[in-house]
Amino acid sequence: MSSESLVTGIQNHAWAGGKEPMKASYGKLMMWFFLVSDAFTFSGLLIVYGALRFSNPYWPDPDQVFASFPAMGHMHLPLMFVSLMTFILIMSSVTMVLAVEAGSRMDKAAVEKWMLWTILGGATFLACQAWEWTHLIEDGTTIWGNLWGPVSESGERTPGPVNFGQLFFFITGFHGTHVLSGVVINFIIYTRVRDGVMERTGHYEMVEKVGLYWHFVDLVWVFVFTFFYLV
Amino acid sequence: MEHTITPGTDAKPNTKWIWKVFWILLVVTAVEVTLAYTWPESLSVTLLNVIFISLTVLKAFYIVSEFMHLGHETKSLIWSILLPIVFILWFVLAMLTEGNWWLFAREHFIG
Repeated sequence: MSSESLVTGIQNHAWAGGKEPMKASYGKLMMWFFLVSDAFTFSGLLIVYGALRFSNPYWPDPDQVFASFPAMGHMHLPLMFVSLMTFILIMSSVTMVLAVEAGSRMDKAAVEKWMLWTILGGATFLACQAWEWTHLIEDGTTIWGNLWGPVSESGERTPGPVNFGQLFFFITGFHGTHVLSGVVINFIIYTRVRDGVMERTGHYEMVEKVGLYWHFVDLVWVFVFTFFYLV
Repeated sequence: MEHTITPGTDAKPNTKWIWKVFWILLVVTAVEVTLAYTWPESLSVTLLNVIFISLTVLKAFYIVSEFMHLGHETKSLIWSILLPIVFILWFVLAMLTEGNWWLFAREHFIG
């Protein structure tokens, strides 16, 4: 038996028990369970952030910290840049669904197009984050301290809680690492689509699976956006 | 939002629902930013935070249910993903209460 017919044989028997549990393929189900565990990891981080923030008598005002925009100098533009980042990530989620939808119609050219747009969106988000981090670090916000404490009577900036920078850089960094790995995985799957692998196997389920991961990264950002920038 | 995927047979793109979800996510985010800009200081910040968190859960619902397609999976799959999240909710309540206690301890016992 050649390896290809062996693979087909196993697929015919679904999970080898004759039918698929929960009407989902093994790979898709395992991706879901991985995402549940990853949700717990992110929740752990965000909840620690919440607990430490509650335990601090003073916490920096996000409207003051995140108020810069590239090439706008010292203009006070609270939330504008991070809103743009959010828009980019939502948009890349949309192009990812479009890729999955095209895959369900076996439209190879459209899957390639939408996957490339998704990769571009992810890379742009990372570039934005690099700019944001650089700007914050140059402005004195690091994992060792920051100047976002209460403004003194003479109008000077005072040290804020060290936890602020530590939690911000660790959590947005952990999310950014997910975005980076998502971009890499999307690119690998894109090359497989381009080389006609999915056309030969007869389905685009792999695009669906990386799609799940990509939407999860977007989902986490929705929460990071609320808890770091809005609340 | 009805959308059935028929592999290989349906040649027409079925993308209306995708753009519908996109607009919902975009408008909700725009509302959040507008609220952050315009919320009067006389009104309760707690209320604003409750609104922010509700809108976040709304966005999460659309991403998970539509983009991740969970709303269209079997009931058993939906529940096996959602039920473990109950533990996260408990953890939020437990740790935020704990955070408040740490603040109290800092202010009264450590100084």
